Amino acid sequence: MGKWTRRGFIAAGLATGGVFTVGVALREGHRAPKLAAMMTDECESLINVWVKLSQDNTVTAIVPHSEMGQGVFTSMAQMLADEMDADWTSVTFEQAPAHEAYANYPLGREFLMGGTTVPGFVQDSLNGGFLRIAQAMSLQITGGSTAVRFTGQGGMRVAGAAAREMLRKAAAKAWNVSEASLRTEKSYIYHDASDRSAPYADFAQAASDMAPPTQPTLKTPDQYTLMGTSVARFDIPAKVDGTAQFGIDVDLPGLRYAAVMGPPIFGAQVETLDTSRAAAMRGVRQILNEGDFVAVVADSYWHAEQALAALDIRWTKTGREQLNQAEIYAQFRADMALAVDKGDEKTDIKIGNARKALATASKTLEAEFTLPYLAHAAMEPLNATALIKDGKVDIWIGHQNPLAVRDEVAGLLGVKKTAVTVHNTLLGGGFGRRSEADYPLMAVRIAQHVEGPVKMIWSREEDTRQDFYRPATTAKIMAGLGEDGKPVSWDYQFVHKHDPPEASEIPYAIDNQLIHYAETDNPIRFGPWRSVDHTQHGFFIEAFMDELATEAGQDPLAYRRALVADKPRFVAVLDKVAEAANWGRTLPEGHGLGVALAASFGTVVAQVVEVDTTGPVPRAVKVWAAADPGYVVNPDGFIAQIESGIIYGLTAALYGDITVENGAVAQSNFHDYPMLRIDEAPEIEVVLINSHAPLGGGGEPGTPPIAPALVNAIFDATGERVRALPITLSDGGAV
Amino acid sequence: MARLKINGQVQTLDVDPDMPLLWVLREQLKLTGTKFGCGIAQCGACTVHVDGFPVRACSTPVAFAEDTEITTIEGIKDGAGQLHAVQQAWIDHQVPQCGYCQSGQIMSAVALLRETPNPTDADIDAAMRGNICRCGAYGRIRDAIKSAAAQMPAPLVETGDADNG
Repeated sequence: MGKWTRRGFIAAGLATGGVFTVGVALREGHRAPKLAAMMTDECESLINVWVKLSQDNTVTAIVPHSEMGQGVFTSMAQMLADEMDADWTSVTFEQAPAHEAYANYPLGREFLMGGTTVPGFVQDSLNGGFLRIAQAMSLQITGGSTAVRFTGQGGMRVAGAAAREMLRKAAAKAWNVSEASLRTEKSYIYHDASDRSAPYADFAQAASDMAPPTQPTLKTPDQYTLMGTSVARFDIPAKVDGTAQFGIDVDLPGLRYAAVMGPPIFGAQVETLDTSRAAAMRGVRQILNEGDFVAVVADSYWHAEQALAALDIRWTKTGREQLNQAEIYAQFRADMALAVDKGDEKTDIKIGNARKALATASKTLEAEFTLPYLAHAAMEPLNATALIKDGKVDIWIGHQNPLAVRDEVAGLLGVKKTAVTVHNTLLGGGFGRRSEADYPLMAVRIAQHVEGPVKMIWSREEDTRQDFYRPATTAKIMAGLGEDGKPVSWDYQFVHKHDPPEASEIPYAIDNQLIHYAETDNPIRFGPWRSVDHTQHGFFIEAFMDELATEAGQDPLAYRRALVADKPRFVAVLDKVAEAANWGRTLPEGHGLGVALAASFGTVVAQVVEVDTTGPVPRAVKVWAAADPGYVVNPDGFIAQIESGIIYGLTAALYGDITVENGAVAQSNFHDYPMLRIDEAPEIEVVLINSHAPLGGGGEPGTPPIAPALVNAIFDATGERVRALPITLSDGGAV
Repeated sequence: MARLKINGQVQTLDVDPDMPLLWVLREQLKLTGTKFGCGIAQCGACTVHVDGFPVRACSTPVAFAEDTEITTIEGIKDGAGQLHAVQQAWIDHQVPQCGYCQSGQIMSAVALLRETPNPTDADIDAAMRGNICRCGAYGRIRDAIKSAAAQMPAPLVETGDADNG
């Protein structure tokens, strides 16, 4: 390998076949105990390879993220190839964990898992770029819209630039010319003065002997050749001819299939299980009572499902058999009110004195809001295939955090992490659901009883009823307005605070703010859902801001603009979206325009919706979005993500409603948990802004503004406020 | 025994006649491009063609598909392996995101264009509303169908008595 002068730094080396590699390396014996443990456990040195240059001059980016539709393989490779001046037509990617050679797992993943702080050796040997990776490390591996802004910016670009510098240095030495007299383009090095040129690969060996730079020089935006262009995605051709391999498509010799059923009421256990009918059914191999779930293993999934339906399962009582959704909302409100009365609620943000300012305000306004539980409903039902053989475990799965899967499985079975191999496939949608470790663990528990590999597939009904749901939430906001109509006081109460912590912040200049919350019992399990807490706060804040504008007798877009006047990025997205939507124009009868503004995961987004309320269900006719993620690496890919975030959020706003009835989730499939379809989908126009602020994410920031923009548009059309979602069930906001 | 003609090839299989075509395709014939999404014909991920018409394989017992021509996503390239115009349009418009629903979307679109070579927006709505896309690629799907329609060779016009010169 390359020269090891510090304990963690950019490293380079030559792999089998003359393949030049550049990446982050850690040396044995470093100080971070968690990493030290990994080293002795796994190998002598831990290499996080980001790029390989092969003898045929092809460049391979090693991408440590999961592909769940966001085009991450492409954008990562694009960032690397640009810095390396690689020929895009000969650039490919590999997904890091799917390959044995990289099964040591990248540096980042271990941090991502444990939330470890940045170890000292990284700080003192790697400034700048790599610290950004460290920031990402406290987040999920694929989630939090982190790929481009952290891995890409701090890993891919730095590795690409380092590779280029080392190759150029090697060429300068070989040709006995100055480095400055060389230029690089499309995987070739040129010395124009002597009319010489050679492919990068010619210098691979020599470059691997060069000392890697500690801080390679990154390009400035005017030097980009690939970043900022809409290169076509790598993963799309296989997704149009049926060859793309998702977890559910895994096939192995002797494969058996498992259908599962978990408790209808969370926390219940199997009390009695009558297998008499099911056991005699065709194709059935085994019926497993795992206590917290039941599985049927059969020769085909269909037979397994048929037999599962023929089981007579009685579940233990949990005490929640009478619980219904209305009581859950009532409990949330009561717990919040009680906490406020007793003064023991948790303070999130306190600026000035909101209560005092409220008491002396010239006008006051108060509203209560309600948001339901939501399921993720990825198109690919959850599944995992497991094989336990000779003390080793193999899992084939599409997962947002394969390292967590490995660790959880090792922990469950009491084996070393090295005994567990996770084969990460494409994900048929993730949205946060595929960051949970429940389903791989179930597959492994089933595999413990099965000779050979077993593929566990959840029915859509299980997928809907055994989710980790976006939490239902209630909120109450009180605001006081001054003589000029501007808010002087903002008192915002809500239940349940998760991630990210800044989601409850408001962008508006209000002198007195009290943002506080209560934690309250949540009877069903919850998890991250696309944009996490921003979905709730975005709705509460932006729906209420609209009410304030109305109370102040001002245009809702101009009202917001005045309150973010000190934030140029926020002003810019409002101006751009107003221009695109032709804000203020005369609309057809029954139509309305609504605006919302929300920053999340580093990206600022404003959206305007035109709604048509003349039909039975309000229809979003068109949505305009202006988004500033700092810099857009792949414009078409970014636009696709914003479009996707809008449809995802709009689906929830119109239809999304998971309710608890008699203690159990009442919905089961797309007939009672409906999705937005093509005939209801709005036309979407996205305006991009490159402000050159630190990079923001793309996967999530499109979601938070859409629901409030829609209800604000409905108000514009009808004069009725919607304060509870979904809209199709709303009674106009009465609580 | 079930005798099925799939993508032009005759297959004789020992399967339960009630078994949905979806699982026969996926598990027995390893044609995994056809996807399981809901099991109740609500999402369209399992769409295949039976005698040229789009059907939901998850809810079609294999016995119903005997003596028919079944086409799956694996069978819509032409004999030379060239992509169908719809598949090419899907690439040109960068339609798929996660991609899981796209086999079904493409099968529905191919069937639509066979019946209606120049579909209106309303035609597209009617033909495609059975296919859910959770990544929300609906706008791109609509655009891609329109470009595929423009790319596809005009259907052979029956020569009749009219003045067709």
